[in-house]
Amino acid sequence: MIQVLSGQLLIGLINGSFYALLSLGLAIIFGLLNVVNFAHGAQYMLGAFAAWMALHYWGVGYWWALVLAPLAVGLFGLVFERLCLRRLHGLDPLYGLLLTFGLALVLEGLFQNAYGISGNSYPVPAALEGGTNLGFMYLPRYRAWVVLVSMAVCFASWFVVEKTRLGAYLRAGTENPALLQAFGVNVPLMFSLTYGYGVALAAFAGVMAAPIYQVTPLMGSGVIMVVFAVVVIGGMGSILGSIVTGLGLGLVEGLTKYLYPPASDVVVFVVMALVLLLRPAGLFGRQR
Amino acid sequence: MARTNRHLASTAAATATSTAAPIVQSAAATSAAATLTPTLALLLALAAFAAAPAAAQVSDGVVKVGVLTDMTGAYSDLAGPGSLVAAQMAAEDFGGKVLGKPIVIISADHQNKADVASSIARKWFDEQQVDAIADLVSSSTALAVMPVAAEKKRITLLSGPGSTPIAGDKCTPYNVHYTYNTYAMAAGTGRAVVNQGGKTWFFITADYVFGKSLEADTSKVVLAAGGKVLGDVKAPFPTTDFSSYLLQAQGSGAQIIGLANAGADTINSIKQANEFGLTKKQNLAGLLVFLSDVHSLGLATAKGMYLTTAFYWDRDDASRKWSKRFFERHHKMPTMVQAGVYSELTHYFAAIKAAGTDNPDKVMAKMREMPVNDFFAKNGRIGVDGLHRHDMYLAQVKSPEESKYPWDYYKIIRTIPAAEAFEAPDPACPQVKK
Amino acid sequence: MKPTSATTAASAASATGATSAPRGRPPASAWAYALLVALGLAAPFLTYPVFAMNVLCLALFASAFNLLLGYAGLLSFGHAAFLGAAAYLTGLAVKVWGLPIELGILAGTALAALLGLVFGALAIRRSGIYFAMITLGFAQMIYFLVLQANWTGGEDGMQGIPRGKLLGVFALSGNLPMYYFVFGLFLLGFWVIHRTIHSPFGQVLRAIRENEPRAVSLGYDVDRYKLLAFVISAGLSGLAGSMKALVFQSATLSDVHWHRSGEVVLMTLLGGMGTPLGPFVGALLAVALENYLASYGSWVTVITGGVFMACVLSFRRGIVGEVLALVKRSF
Repeated sequence: MIQVLSGQLLIGLINGSFYALLSLGLAIIFGLLNVVNFAHGAQYMLGAFAAWMALHYWGVGYWWALVLAPLAVGLFGLVFERLCLRRLHGLDPLYGLLLTFGLALVLEGLFQNAYGISGNSYPVPAALEGGTNLGFMYLPRYRAWVVLVSMAVCFASWFVVEKTRLGAYLRAGTENPALLQAFGVNVPLMFSLTYGYGVALAAFAGVMAAPIYQVTPLMGSGVIMVVFAVVVIGGMGSILGSIVTGLGLGLVEGLTKYLYPPASDVVVFVVMALVLLLRPAGLFGRQR
Repeated sequence: MARTNRHLASTAAATATSTAAPIVQSAAATSAAATLTPTLALLLALAAFAAAPAAAQVSDGVVKVGVLTDMTGAYSDLAGPGSLVAAQMAAEDFGGKVLGKPIVIISADHQNKADVASSIARKWFDEQQVDAIADLVSSSTALAVMPVAAEKKRITLLSGPGSTPIAGDKCTPYNVHYTYNTYAMAAGTGRAVVNQGGKTWFFITADYVFGKSLEADTSKVVLAAGGKVLGDVKAPFPTTDFSSYLLQAQGSGAQIIGLANAGADTINSIKQANEFGLTKKQNLAGLLVFLSDVHSLGLATAKGMYLTTAFYWDRDDASRKWSKRFFERHHKMPTMVQAGVYSELTHYFAAIKAAGTDNPDKVMAKMREMPVNDFFAKNGRIGVDGLHRHDMYLAQVKSPEESKYPWDYYKIIRTIPAAEAFEAPDPACPQVKK
Repeated sequence: MKPTSATTAASAASATGATSAPRGRPPASAWAYALLVALGLAAPFLTYPVFAMNVLCLALFASAFNLLLGYAGLLSFGHAAFLGAAAYLTGLAVKVWGLPIELGILAGTALAALLGLVFGALAIRRSGIYFAMITLGFAQMIYFLVLQANWTGGEDGMQGIPRGKLLGVFALSGNLPMYYFVFGLFLLGFWVIHRTIHSPFGQVLRAIRENEPRAVSLGYDVDRYKLLAFVISAGLSGLAGSMKALVFQSATLSDVHWHRSGEVVLMTLLGGMGTPLGPFVGALLAVALENYLASYGSWVTVITGGVFMACVLSFRRGIVGEVLALVKRSF
């Protein structure tokens, strides 16, 4: 019994670290730009497709894709922010949500047209194939890699935003952009870069996901709801909140899959509703 | 004029609010009267003209078939645009006409939504004089469209869906369930795998009606063949990450992991089963796997898996010949659903020709009377419940080394005769009692 | 959400009916409504009746949603729950329990209003994006319940819901009588919304949307007003759902899916939120788009997304809002 449970909990932790990575970008974008990026799932899909296209058309492998795909998609995000999102600055954040929702539809529709729905296979990189038998379960090496990288990227981002000067500028820009600009900081550029970074994080998660899940145009919309729930539960301004919640939710989901699988889709929302009723701004959130 | 013909030709009273019918009836009633006004005389002439050549009647002067399928969603690769190509080939190969009237093929995307499917069907029947609807992949859309078609007395030719109740308690007199059903898939794979030594089973089931019915049918067959079902886990539909369920399957120690799911779920479960090293000690049995799924997965991942199919392109010369023609137009080899669409439409046209009319009741009767004998099926028979009983094939996916040319994916292990693959007509279906 | 001044002025104008019309003559808006009613009566002869009925059901749904969004300023992401739950209950009542359709529709509407009461009471405590996410969460729970329950038919949905007879006398199986029944119900629902908007209650709602702290300081129990608006909106969405179940004679999972919630946001935004007729125009466009682009497959998604983006960037007032602003500017 303990054996089986340990296996399920470990799987939950693996999935949780993946959720944390995926929700990180969303938390950064909302926390610093006050924009609810509904296109996050589509940008995650873009990252996975970029990795697949790099391999399929130009023979560029996984390790390069880990760097190039986020850069490319992040650049696209930056341009989008500059051209479109900026126009909504100062308006109700729900307009940003609707705009990015529209973007998600456009991206998913275009890729669906081009690549159909069954999706494409992306191989696990040779260095990460195989796995180790832990006794209570067989741990694929690639999944262990996912945990390590996710945790590293999450904590690095958190560190930058909360503990460095650049992060201080970003947080100041949210509170009083005019004043910060008066100090000589190029605030609009900073905002574009922040959005680009958040999108790059989504794309990075996409590249990490490509070898495990099929690369399909709708892979983002399958996961966007959970990611939103994670960010909302964690507190929409808090990066630490979404990391902790991502992990926690992965565990809760893992347990549900073991005890009562049909509910594993909805348990996230039950938790979200409960948390929001008891703690209005989320677990770690700051009241805005 | 066309409407008048239709009402004369058809024996059943239509529910359409056409105004032609009363005029014809009054014309017939007044034929005995002495005085005839010019209008009545004209109507009489029309009625007489319409009544005369009752032999070759095609309603609205055209045989229109609507291919209603999933063009962009989860099933677009196994049916979708390929089904439309198959339908067009069927129309062309039949000469483009039947009983001297042209065959027209139209299509639409139901996006796997039952309400979209039923509104399109309704519109087609009410406004566009569609005589028959083909494919209808996905059981929910089929179950939504069948009652609409039955109410308006039009024919539905199902190739894509698999739910057994379609020929059971949900059957209609105007429906043909042509290509496969979940029982045939279960009976084929289940029995064969148990006989090959895979006695203990664990199911990973998609938690919805289709998945549960697939699991139920297979369990029945496995138990009857002397196997044991050690347990199951019901995963929500759809699921992307199966690691937790695969772990439970591994923990059960069963020899065979039955995948009672379809589409993306099946592909993901197979991929992740490989990743977690499950396939080293246990075997996977895909209970509903199409050629398009194997193509998407690649042989390295799918090798060794058992599956049942109604059609394989490389089975014999006749199937190869047809499939190569299909490939030229669609650039992919046909799945059994797509081949089924071609075969069912050819059978439909042949039945219209043999009946001399496209009256739905007569055509349905002819379709049941005539056996199916083509590259798709030999001695296939459509029963009174609408189910087409034909031979099925147990196949195993080749390994990359065994595959010699593109799309060389299956080896056919055994032919499962129709009597073994399909059950006797279900008395829950009203037509069976008659 | 705060609509622009044009819509506020337009709705104020239609609220008081005091346009530039001279005394004794009915205001311009009354003529507009009369014209639309006439069009509605003629519709089944101008176009395919089922298409028209679909538009009416969705227009009622969008109008109910607009009451909450455009007038109370609350964006709900879970309105599909009310539409779908009512559709399923009506189906159950009429098909399985054999109730007459009037009772079936009443049951569906009542269920939706009840759900609105429960969800609203819990969600109202928060605002903005949190409110939206809570409503989404609740809607997902309803989706889960509908998927799991046996009687809903799960993935296959509920089929073959009989249309029955109105008042036990008029058979509704034909498209024409059904259309007029649906049109009647639509007018009823629309009238309820109209009365709600143009009442003191409606004025307070608008005050809350424009400046909630001030409304509180004036002594209004803001939460009670918001909750009541939520319940009315939910109930009318339920009415739309019940109508839809009878028109299509089926209730399926897509009625409770979050895509449906997204669709209604699009319709309201596209048509013009905060305007009485905006949602109707939005629904008309959305259904027309879906119908006439059906053969283009996933281009529909791309076009829908593109329209959404264009609306948010440049046409935030929606079609009706832009037209009203144009009219106001030109005259």
